Amino acid sequence: MDKNIDGGARRKSILGAILNMAGPWGNNGDNGNDGGNGNGGGPRNPWGNPAGGSPGGGRRGASSLEELFKRGTGGGFRGGIPKRPGGRSWWPLMAIAFIILWVLLTSIHRVSPQERGVVTFLGSYSRTLQPGLHFSLPTPLEQVVKLDVEDIRTIDIPEGESEKLILTGDQNIVDLAYSVRWNIKAPELFLFQIAQPEETIMEVAEAAMRAAVANFTLDDTIGSERSEIEQQVEQNMQQLLDGYGAGVVIRGIAIKKADPPAAVNDAFKEVSAAQQTAQTYLNEARAYAQQLTAQAQGESAAFDKVYEEYRLAPKVTRQRMYYETMERVLSKVDKTVIEARGVTPYLALPELKKRAQQPAITTAEGK
Amino acid sequence: MGQIFKNPVALGVIILAGLFILLNTIVIVPETKQGVVVQLGEPKRIVNRYQAGEAFGKTGAGLIAKIPFFEQIVWIDKRIRDVEMEQQQVLSTDQLRLQVDAFARFRITDPLRMYIAAGSEERVSDELRPILGSALRNELGKRPFAALLSPERGQVMDNIQAGLNRVARQYGAEIVDVRIKRADLPDGTPLDSAYQRMRTARDQEARTIRAQGAKQAQIIRAEADASAARTYAESFGKDADFYDFYRAMKSYETTFQGGGPDDPQSSFVLSPDNEYLRQFRGN
Repeated sequence: MDKNIDGGARRKSILGAILNMAGPWGNNGDNGNDGGNGNGGGPRNPWGNPAGGSPGGGRRGASSLEELFKRGTGGGFRGGIPKRPGGRSWWPLMAIAFIILWVLLTSIHRVSPQERGVVTFLGSYSRTLQPGLHFSLPTPLEQVVKLDVEDIRTIDIPEGESEKLILTGDQNIVDLAYSVRWNIKAPELFLFQIAQPEETIMEVAEAAMRAAVANFTLDDTIGSERSEIEQQVEQNMQQLLDGYGAGVVIRGIAIKKADPPAAVNDAFKEVSAAQQTAQTYLNEARAYAQQLTAQAQGESAAFDKVYEEYRLAPKVTRQRMYYETMERVLSKVDKTVIEARGVTPYLALPELKKRAQQPAITTAEGK
Repeated sequence: MGQIFKNPVALGVIILAGLFILLNTIVIVPETKQGVVVQLGEPKRIVNRYQAGEAFGKTGAGLIAKIPFFEQIVWIDKRIRDVEMEQQQVLSTDQLRLQVDAFARFRITDPLRMYIAAGSEERVSDELRPILGSALRNELGKRPFAALLSPERGQVMDNIQAGLNRVARQYGAEIVDVRIKRADLPDGTPLDSAYQRMRTARDQEARTIRAQGAKQAQIIRAEADASAARTYAESFGKDADFYDFYRAMKSYETTFQGGGPDDPQSSFVLSPDNEYLRQFRGN
């Protein structure tokens, strides 16, 4: 390899020394020296080609840094970049390659379907790139910031499991947890209008929720009006954020929890217990009513049937019923018939009572 | 000159120096910032000043030139920034306390004034914070507690914003919006008594529900009784005499029969004159 040296070749020797890459470069430089003008005085690299006749040949083993130092202070600059055949430096080529690479890397942009690219030309907003492959001027001139506009982000308020107490319109307190879903509508506005977009959205959400809940009673907030509140908050937030020009669209508010605060939760449970109790009362009453009505209907129906028959033959039926009933009644009880007139019957009532009790006991034992 | 271009170090130095001067001369103004060009401490001109309603891309952002070294640029945020206020305790006209947490949003519209009066955006925030607090206290303190719960409904927020704007303008800022983020009862007695009130309200509700249930139940029973009585009357009223007999028979049966084991048996002492024994007498 024929190496030549000129003044320009020295320009990087110091840089080379600093980067400690001087070994190979220095080596080449030396070779150039040996083959070229033979200026002499230059140190030899220990692993360099042993070129005879070099005045510095005896200095093997010296560190390359030391050599370079000597070279720097000694008789002029030596070494430098390897040369192209033709005697010109590699530097311009490398610089060109670097610039081409740079331009390629910074001016071709692949914007994914969910992204938009905001292009600024020397700081000034130029255009927004739609999904696809796009070209721009290289970086110092134009810069591209890609933002995901399809990704629906969620902010949870409050973060974690803590209680978020809000005053309701009837001056009660409700423990509320909700989430806000949003995404970017106008990427350029999102980038340029608001200093802290996420924080802004969160604060606006809190303010809107507070304002909405203050228009409802506690019962409405806990119960039926949740979706109404969600809608109000969403509208209100969108309005405020549009007012700021935030470039954000609110996708929805979801109230995840709307409970009475833990401190009064027992009292609220008491209410639902009372509702159950009241329901129990009603059920019992209805059961009684059913029973009573059915009984009345049954009894009157029975009477009606008998009465129909009775009307056909009142006297006989009446007699028959009387005797039948008496038979049934008297057949099972103790009977005493006092026939003689004028006899005052002695009623041994305690005796009777005792006798009356005995069968009861025997039946009980018999069981 | 040729000598200089031959010397790599000198060439490098010249290039670096040129670059340095260039970078000090040409400045890229981004969309998000406005700049005050200051010459030796004296503000000279403003670049990319905020103008309401201007479209991005048509603003003053872009490349500008300044005198190197002599002119410096002080960057000022062009975006909407916020002032977070510390919690304020507000006393309503009916002597109730409320813990209020508010925020304001502002934008620097006069960078020069802001630079002179405050120096930095943070200073503006710091200056506005206590004023927001006092404006809030003053304005809310004029109203009853119930009105504080939703101050958006009335003039309150507008008044606060106007009051704050007067001060903000002195710092070259403009208030975009003032919102109350939270309005809570202070911890301790006010919160506890609110809880107590909620508890008693619920207790009242629970009792009412129970009493209503009992009342309804009573009415249902009474109606059932009435309807049964009506049914009986309709049926039995057809022949009161026969009913008397019929019912008496049934009654005897249940009364004297002695159904259960603990039901003591009845004893009968019958007189021969008894109707039942009429035939028994044989006459």
